[in-house]
Amino acid sequence: MSFFLEVLLGGTLAGVMYSLVAIGFVLIYRASGVFNFAQGSLVLFSALTFVNLTERGIPFVVAFIVTLFVIFVLVLLIDALILKHLINRSVITLFMATLGLSYVIEGLAQTVWGTQVHGLDLGISDAPINFFGIMLSKFDLFATGIAGTLVIILSLLFSKTRFGISLRAVADDPLAAQSVGIRLNHIWILVWTVAGFVALVAGLLWGARLGVQFSLSLVVLKALPVLIIGGFTSIAGAILAGLIVGATEKLAEIYLGGIIGSGIENWFPYVLAILFLLVYPTGLFGQKQVTRV
Amino acid sequence: MFLFSQARQYVEQYQDEKRIFRLKEHRILFIFGLLIAFLFVPFVGPDYLFNAILVPFLVLALAGLGLNILTGYTGQLSLGAAAFMAVGAFATYNLELRIPQLPLLVSIFLGGIIAALAGIVVGLPSLRIKGFYLIVSTLAAQFFVPWLFTQYGWFTNNNASGVITAPRMEILGYSINSPVGHYLLTLSTVVVLTVLARNLINSQYGRNFRAVRDMETAAITIGIPVSQTKLLAFAISSFYLGIAGALWAFAYLGTIEADGLDLNRSFQILFIIIIGGLGSLTGSFLGAAFIVLLPILLSVLGQAVFGQAIDQALLQNLQKIIFGGLIIYFLIKEPEGLSRLLRNLYHRLRKWPLRY
Amino acid sequence: MKLFKSLWFWLVVVAIALIAIVFVTKKDKQNPPEQKQQAATEQQTQLSDKNAQYFPLQSYRVGPYAAGGTGFFGGFIDYMKAVNAKGGVNGVKLVWSECETEYVVEKGVECYERLKNGLNGAPAAATNPLSVGIAYATLERSTKDKLPLITINHGRTDSTDGRVFPYVFPLQLNPYSEVSAIINYLGQQSGSLEKLKGKKIVVLYHGSPYGKETIPVIEILSKKYGFEVTNIEVPHPGNEQQSQWLNIRRIQPDWVILRGWGVMNPVALKTAQKVGYPTNKIIGNIWSNSEEDAAPAGAAANGFISITTHPSGTNFPILQEIKQLVIDKGQSDLADTNRFGTVYYNLGVVNGILNVEAVRVAQNKFGKRPLTGEEVRWGFEHINLTEARLKELGAYGLVQPLKLTCEDHEGGGAVRFQQWDGKEWKVISDWVQADRALLRPIIEQSSEKYAKEQGIKIRDCATEE
Repeated sequence: MSFFLEVLLGGTLAGVMYSLVAIGFVLIYRASGVFNFAQGSLVLFSALTFVNLTERGIPFVVAFIVTLFVIFVLVLLIDALILKHLINRSVITLFMATLGLSYVIEGLAQTVWGTQVHGLDLGISDAPINFFGIMLSKFDLFATGIAGTLVIILSLLFSKTRFGISLRAVADDPLAAQSVGIRLNHIWILVWTVAGFVALVAGLLWGARLGVQFSLSLVVLKALPVLIIGGFTSIAGAILAGLIVGATEKLAEIYLGGIIGSGIENWFPYVLAILFLLVYPTGLFGQKQVTRV
Repeated sequence: MFLFSQARQYVEQYQDEKRIFRLKEHRILFIFGLLIAFLFVPFVGPDYLFNAILVPFLVLALAGLGLNILTGYTGQLSLGAAAFMAVGAFATYNLELRIPQLPLLVSIFLGGIIAALAGIVVGLPSLRIKGFYLIVSTLAAQFFVPWLFTQYGWFTNNNASGVITAPRMEILGYSINSPVGHYLLTLSTVVVLTVLARNLINSQYGRNFRAVRDMETAAITIGIPVSQTKLLAFAISSFYLGIAGALWAFAYLGTIEADGLDLNRSFQILFIIIIGGLGSLTGSFLGAAFIVLLPILLSVLGQAVFGQAIDQALLQNLQKIIFGGLIIYFLIKEPEGLSRLLRNLYHRLRKWPLRY
Repeated sequence: MKLFKSLWFWLVVVAIALIAIVFVTKKDKQNPPEQKQQAATEQQTQLSDKNAQYFPLQSYRVGPYAAGGTGFFGGFIDYMKAVNAKGGVNGVKLVWSECETEYVVEKGVECYERLKNGLNGAPAAATNPLSVGIAYATLERSTKDKLPLITINHGRTDSTDGRVFPYVFPLQLNPYSEVSAIINYLGQQSGSLEKLKGKKIVVLYHGSPYGKETIPVIEILSKKYGFEVTNIEVPHPGNEQQSQWLNIRRIQPDWVILRGWGVMNPVALKTAQKVGYPTNKIIGNIWSNSEEDAAPAGAAANGFISITTHPSGTNFPILQEIKQLVIDKGQSDLADTNRFGTVYYNLGVVNGILNVEAVRVAQNKFGKRPLTGEEVRWGFEHINLTEARLKELGAYGLVQPLKLTCEDHEGGGAVRFQQWDGKEWKVISDWVQADRALLRPIIEQSSEKYAKEQGIKIRDCATEE
């Protein structure tokens, strides 16, 4: 029984890390309707930038701020070169543009920073602490704490600041928002930067766990089912779905995996997502889409 | 102006509207091109041309054709193309292995049918899930299929490492194991299937596909059977992809490894149809040529210009950046891809020296 | 004039031109082979590109396995540069060119096809793709093109049988020997092999053909020595291993054999720490044994043991030579010269030593000139690296004594064990030999089955010279 609890809790905590990546997607989708496949490469890029700065001896906080600035510049470039030109296009076109963008960012990150593997030490070790007989990783708890703080910051951002309210206006009805005087372009740049910030945090946490190298951008493949189950437009959905995906994935690997073969972790979340979608076609908390002729 | 005029070639009957090439001259040129491809190239081509350029080009073009039917003509975004290729490859291998009496072409055809059945299964969620969320179904297939083939040893004839070598191929007693043989097999398959696809697109089914893509709700309103259309699109697309997968394994690489047909391959095929032009058959060919030739060109150029001094890693990353950049460029400037560009060029040439 | 406007006219003109081209090229194909033979027999005393032996390099410097690729090919290229600096191989210069494969199979195949014919007239000696997938895909082609395919420390196990696979060489160690050597070491650690009875071993393997290759042999060994074995798979790429390690903790094995690759290795070590499994009971195999595998795991990797066919470090005469001739002159292929002496770099150097030795041995028989692939194959099959020869090469202690024959394309099968102390690998054991007598019948069974399937005639090694 305690083993089951351990797997369950461990999986849930691991799922929090997936949610972190998914939150970045949700932010951009809510504001501009773009499914940003390049989020994964943003995670890689920001983590690589940060690690290369700290390895050159720059202190943590300064490196963090410098990386944020670099992300901001990158977002400006993306907006000027890509987003501006693709304003009224279909969802699929935008998705494919971000697919191309992810290739560009990955290639850029590796050209500038090289292909070596870097270790990243955040000062929190992975050693377990004993919690009523169940071993919980200190690192996972730390990650959960960070995720919680992030969500609180974001919700404060959305409800209390002018920017946040503008963002919700844009998500609701872009045309009306423009007529009230909100500059769409500025909102998009800011949202992408906030998403970049989330990507940086996710990149640091994942990098500390895996080492900062190329397969970091593959975490996006784990975040997709989370996104789909939770609905593209809801942060709460992303968190909840992350917990669900993390927990079920690990449980399935151990219990189902014993029966039908190991290694089902890769596709199980997707099958789960399909099952969820059959019941909730737009995800748990997603917005229902009305189609008219 | 060039070479032939369109004068006195009018469409008088409905059957003529449905022909693949409306002008007599186009038909002649097409057949001439086929003759060159079948008769001339095998005699003068070096091995490298067949092994590393023509065969992958043809196989990827076929795969692009298949995906185009689903994504370009029916509007269902699919990220699982490589999974269907894997189904086709493994199915053909197992048929060849366990029923050795079957001729090679029949096994390939049946492999395609099995892939089509898999396609229908994967397409079932599309009846309920709409829009962007549909990628989850094809992605699930993309991760599930390689796992299935590596997990259960039956598919790989209990080979310890899970990589199978394709058996020797022969048709009617003639061994086709040479580069030229591979090339001719692939070429004939691709030509036949392309003609079939063209006729399909020109038929009622093709019009149904495009109706579902353009405005699904309107299609339902006027009575087009949308569910059947979608499933048919999935089935036919997977059929093509399955045959492409079988050819990939047998005619190109000579081995079948489930990991080689992974998400990256699906993305590659998606790029082929984006660059070539969504909803265009010639687009699949142009995109495939682009994808096959660009890396080689860059690599050769890099060596020619920089000699040994070029850093391979830099070259590779540059290639990635150029790829991604080109995708974005095509999406912005010419969403209908290379096929539209070439068509514009062709029409300008035809009318030259006039402008319009 | 109307003729020139007719489509048919131009089509006929083109057709005649093409037929003419066909006839001309048919004639050309008979001429060049004669010219090539003339060029090959010329001898020159100075190192020149006209008298050169070519090594095509299907390297990978980007992608998830870039760390391994840059180290290995860096070492290989540096060794070749050092050989050239000392006068080449009996006056024959070594040349090479790289073609990026990104560890992807069809790129490896395309590179092979492009480069197999040689460089500017210098014939290709052997291919070294350092990838199981690419090796499988180019296996038949290499045999048809008569170009040796070298898969050092890995590869298709049954290619050890040279009678069925004349052109494939899993040098030094094949996957079965790897596992057998580890079991022998564990037996040593327990006191004797009989004491393994009743112990529990878990094999955590990478979900790929490379990872699965050794499952049959570990099952055979477990039956022979009476230990309990559980095989647990980690799906590629191995970013998440929590459930696997929780499972391991539930089983409480005496040892865990880690058959990893790439990012799976540091993640395994970190996750092991997370569930509380002691690191010094984890034995890594030949592809989990580099600095790039242990260092990113930080403190979690301390105590990690792994096997190696060659120690890391720079304390060998040949490495000092490379340092003097290549690195200190700033000509090293490595982007970061701190990697000099690391495991992958030394593997590249060892690979270079073996490839060049094959060329040397073949030159003693066929003449001191650039050799064809077939001749280099003879060279590989007659490599005999005794301790004396190793001392001559300056590689004593770096390379194990190796003797290849027509039937035995592996030659060695011995490994040493090293332990990570946080900064570097320290060798902790002497050479541990795999049980090759036990493995040979299994290998022959598999290779003969392959020969039957593909219709290959098994060579009779006694009749060849």
